[in-house]
Amino acid sequence: MSRGRQVHLAAHFPGVNNTTVWSDERAESQIAFSSFEHFARNAERGFFDFLFLAEGLRLREQKGRIHDLDVVGRPNTLAVLAALAGVTEHIGLVGTLQTTFNEPVELAKQLATLDHLTDGRAGWNVVTSSDAFHGANFRRGGFLGHADRYTRAAEFVELSRELWDSWEPDAVVADVTAGRYAERSRVRDVAHHGPQFDVVGTFPVPRSPQGHPVVVQAGDSDEGRDLAARHAEVIFSLHTEFEDARAFRRDVTARLEAVGRTEDELLVLPGATFTIGDTQADAEEKSRAIRRAQVSPATAIAFLEQVWNRDLSDHDVDGPLPTVDPDVDADAVSRGRVRHVRDPRATVREWRDRAAAEHLTTRELVIAVSTRGGFVGTPDHLAAEIDRYVQERASDGFVVVPHTNPHGLDEFVDRVVPLLQERGVHRESYGDEATLRQTLGLPGTITRRRAVPA
Amino acid sequence: MPDRTALVTALHGAGWHPAAWRVAGPSATRLSSLRHWRDLVVEQDHAGIDAVTIEDSFTAGPVDATGDLDTSTVVGRLDALLVANAVAPATRAVGLVPTVSVTHTEPFHVATGLQTLDHVSLGRAGWRLQVSPTTREAALFGRRPGGEATEHLFAEAREVAEVVSRLWDSWDDDAIIRDVVTGRFIDRDRIHDAEFVGEHVSVHGASIVPRSPQGRPPVFALAHRADAATFAVDAADVVLVTPRPGPDARSGLEARPALALVRDAEQAAGADRARPVLADVAVLIGSSAGEAADALAALDAAAGASYAATSDAAVLATTVPALVEHMAELRALGYAGVRLRPLRIPEDSTAIARRLVPALVTAGLRADVASRPTADLRTRLGLAPAISRHATEGVPA
Repeated sequence: MSRGRQVHLAAHFPGVNNTTVWSDERAESQIAFSSFEHFARNAERGFFDFLFLAEGLRLREQKGRIHDLDVVGRPNTLAVLAALAGVTEHIGLVGTLQTTFNEPVELAKQLATLDHLTDGRAGWNVVTSSDAFHGANFRRGGFLGHADRYTRAAEFVELSRELWDSWEPDAVVADVTAGRYAERSRVRDVAHHGPQFDVVGTFPVPRSPQGHPVVVQAGDSDEGRDLAARHAEVIFSLHTEFEDARAFRRDVTARLEAVGRTEDELLVLPGATFTIGDTQADAEEKSRAIRRAQVSPATAIAFLEQVWNRDLSDHDVDGPLPTVDPDVDADAVSRGRVRHVRDPRATVREWRDRAAAEHLTTRELVIAVSTRGGFVGTPDHLAAEIDRYVQERASDGFVVVPHTNPHGLDEFVDRVVPLLQERGVHRESYGDEATLRQTLGLPGTITRRRAVPA
Repeated sequence: MPDRTALVTALHGAGWHPAAWRVAGPSATRLSSLRHWRDLVVEQDHAGIDAVTIEDSFTAGPVDATGDLDTSTVVGRLDALLVANAVAPATRAVGLVPTVSVTHTEPFHVATGLQTLDHVSLGRAGWRLQVSPTTREAALFGRRPGGEATEHLFAEAREVAEVVSRLWDSWDDDAIIRDVVTGRFIDRDRIHDAEFVGEHVSVHGASIVPRSPQGRPPVFALAHRADAATFAVDAADVVLVTPRPGPDARSGLEARPALALVRDAEQAAGADRARPVLADVAVLIGSSAGEAADALAALDAAAGASYAATSDAAVLATTVPALVEHMAELRALGYAGVRLRPLRIPEDSTAIARRLVPALVTAGLRADVASRPTADLRTRLGLAPAISRHATEGVPA
């Protein structure tokens, strides 16, 4: 049946940026559980490997006020994943959870609980931050230096693995005759003394079905890639263009080998949108309409302000780009989001050249430059592209990022998934009682990994 | 206060008796599975129980005389907030009240986790607020030495309760406007920062979760002595007390003074309303008083100690009619109802759902489940709707 490497698919619940078109007439509540349930059931209908949820720790701001142009507000990641455990049977449930504003014993307890409640379908996207903006909502504020983010993250993951390993799988015996509920010798106390954490005692949760939830990593920096090479089993990458994706995969493989792991132990899944049409022209027309909906005049201004780092509210988006230069010295006007532009002056120069060459208005330019990771075409074309990426080792599949909530995945499941199945590269059923790690085809046992000295 | 006695079931491991797992059958080894919890809570839901509480702690279990983990009883647990979320979609009317500690946790996560439970359950979330006083819990976090004075823990917990309440109020009901013409998803004037700066915790921003169905899910706290009663009156909507049966009370207060402790604290605080007070009672329900007493004696013998001698709450080996009578007496004293701690799960939790509830209906202490409309948890407990602190802004007093 199988005619090649298998495609792995993850479903990204529509997020709080302008990829999500909330103005769509079928769009529903981003907070109602019915939206999550619909989305998860559809992903499971399409035999996706896992559902992916981002995390919010503070509402985003623009010019000192809550950014109001995108979807705002979302549930607590762990709580809504636990609820989804109750309405799904096979699909993995992966949550994005901070190592900076959590403590290991609590988060490890919650993740182990999720793994129990899902019978082994839990995953953890490890993220870090250190900024005082998010820190203002937490006990210690912006306590962590930028350089220490990944130091803490690495020790956090190692300590979590130590906690998860502290109960043997057969520790609970419920031996009525001997009067022993658990075998004490099979529950090890943890005594961890490291630069970031001092943790002593008995972990509260018995070993979960997977032992360790599947670890996902999404950071693209050098430190993020190193963390992935040491600890992760899945990378959620930003690299969707074919050659770029291949180069990223090679880079990660080299890092894996440096720490004694093989490329089979880590799946690379770029995040991408898929716009489906009956013909290529139809799909491209749909894509243009989506882009215009994603970049309203107000969103175009907000986007410019993030790069120019100054108030541009009076700018005419149907005219040329602003003539003023970006303010590189002021505090960031946009807070609470990942910055993708590292050198604003160079970026502005580049955009001006492009706008002049292609005769683009401001809004058209923003639409052109903010399009990232989009596949556009007929179901046949999309299935062929996905297959090509996987067979030619540019990726192991994709994280599908829909445009609308909660129906954004439906058409992909109805029209693209069957074609992948026909190609013999996507499952037609889930494995019997498969854990997420088994669904992903990853090695079955995770043993504790220690950071390799630099 | 509703015209009926409130009935809450306290779920905990294989039951509250340390030897209960020995008589739990196959469920003793399934305490970490969703199936176990779903079956338990669905049964309570079908019977029309007002709410279930779910115990939690950061410890793996109790310690023995040497200070080591006592593996003669149930050890290991799941996170109560996540269990409550996981059973929510399978239930219809029952309130879901997980224990969430405030001592080592982040108020922001506590607030958003409970708001999410309220969204998922369509208004059935509650919060059993607890402090974590032990050095064992502190050592698992390694951020402070532990063993702080109760006064200190309560002072911190008051701040957390306040900041959580502010976060719950931070979004107005109508903050989401989806105005396509102006491109605005929200009206940001309808979202308010928590702006809380305390001695122990500070939170600046608004919640990330839009206002939940109940706005502020009801907060439960245990008040077994005067300082705890003062705290409960400050921080909670529903107060749990642990009256001991008189006149042979080993320690603690009988039903009348236990209730008076809360009313006195309310008066001292200048409270404008009487909180519903529930009496915590640990129960083993038998078909006769003799059978119940024998069953409890057998459990005590297996555990090697009398449970009644160590329990903070009264321990009753009893029958359904006697329990109905006891609840009627508590009701007459001014209790809103009881929180029953089943000594054996599932045996006694099933008896509560299937035998006690019909008997209460017959006795006129509760309405028949079929005639009772589904309502949010605040309504079921007789609490007024939670009006946001921002709702009257700009309106002259």
